[in-house]
Amino acid sequence: MTNKIRVATTSLAGCFGCHMSFLDIDERMLQLVEHVEFDRSPITDIEHCTNCDIGLIEGGVCNSENVHVLREFRKNCKILVAVGACAINGGLPAMRNFIPLEECLNEAYINGIGVENAQIPSDPELPLLLDKVRPIHEVVKIDYFLPGCPPSADVFWKFLTDLIDGREPSLPYELVHYD
Amino acid sequence: MSKLITIDGNTIPFEEGQTIMEAATAAGVYIPHLCHHPEFTPHGSCKLCTVKVNGRTCSACTFPAVDGQDVLNNTQELTDDRRLITQMLFVEGNHFCPSCEKTGNCQLQAVAYHLNMLDNHFPLFYPNRELDASHAEVMIDHNRCIFCTLCVRASQQKDGKDVFAISGRGLNKHLIVNAQSGLLKDTDIEATDQAAHICPTGAILIKRTAYQVPIGERIYDHQQIDQVSLASENSQHDK
Repeated sequence: MTNKIRVATTSLAGCFGCHMSFLDIDERMLQLVEHVEFDRSPITDIEHCTNCDIGLIEGGVCNSENVHVLREFRKNCKILVAVGACAINGGLPAMRNFIPLEECLNEAYINGIGVENAQIPSDPELPLLLDKVRPIHEVVKIDYFLPGCPPSADVFWKFLTDLIDGREPSLPYELVHYD
Repeated sequence: MSKLITIDGNTIPFEEGQTIMEAATAAGVYIPHLCHHPEFTPHGSCKLCTVKVNGRTCSACTFPAVDGQDVLNNTQELTDDRRLITQMLFVEGNHFCPSCEKTGNCQLQAVAYHLNMLDNHFPLFYPNRELDASHAEVMIDHNRCIFCTLCVRASQQKDGKDVFAISGRGLNKHLIVNAQSGLLKDTDIEATDQAAHICPTGAILIKRTAYQVPIGERIYDHQQIDQVSLASENSQHDK
């Protein structure tokens, strides 16, 4: 057992841009891993999270699997954080909310240009799409929000170092951006 | 003898006929607002300028200053209320800042930054609203309209036209244009009209100007709206 802070991360209906931005803390990652170890995350390839201190969620909720993953994180993470525009308001994927789901599927898989053997995917392995893309605070309780598309590396650094040092996390004006 | 009010304990002079907002602005005190503009009749609809006047909740943009008033403006309670009001404005429309060309120059966004709004708090409505790109130079994205009526007032009071109006009530409230077809192309709006430039969000935009200033170098990327607003509104007043 170590005394390191356990952090899990995932991307739901996101583009992994927030994860890329997190990696932009660059050499500060070496300082971070002195205090932190990663549980479930694309960085570790661990498939399910165990008890963690901090869960970072990128992306909104667009299908049934997203809901299950989000609930797994909520169950296992003491502090759950919505990272980036999509987690906070649905973001770009939520722009499909104005088109009925059936029309979206028809456009992509039936009537799309160049589609052969047109059929809507229905393999039981595939998660079912939700009627609308939703921000994660509508599904589980979220403790902190890091806005931005993506939040800058400095946002991740400020937030995590605040928590590691035992301070209430806060973002000064220059770190708050929605774009 | 000049008349005085206090705002957060500081004594501020005012002239007869001024609102609390006008007295505050002249004295260099920022009261957050979106639907207020010094050149036009106050509307009092966005409620961001909510202050406590002698213990009562009022809109600073419509409430007349009266000698001896005790006004509370920059308190934690009012900041929390204003953040909730801003969150409501966000969830009632479709404000996707990363895909909006007004980002960084947007007053709605800047007020939210100023209030350190990090989330939407409420469930999102995702209303299904139209986009009117029919006009050659000016477009309306109804997704971003907050019904402040600044375009309505600017068109009537400054441009001498009557291009915009608000129709419907409550959730059905929406911005309409003065044309049989309901389309902007059939109105007499021009890109030089103040109504085409006054929108505090990205609802009314001038075409082909979107990314002339890159993101990161825009008005509110490095300056807070309180300083920008006081400077511009006091310079307009001096003219």
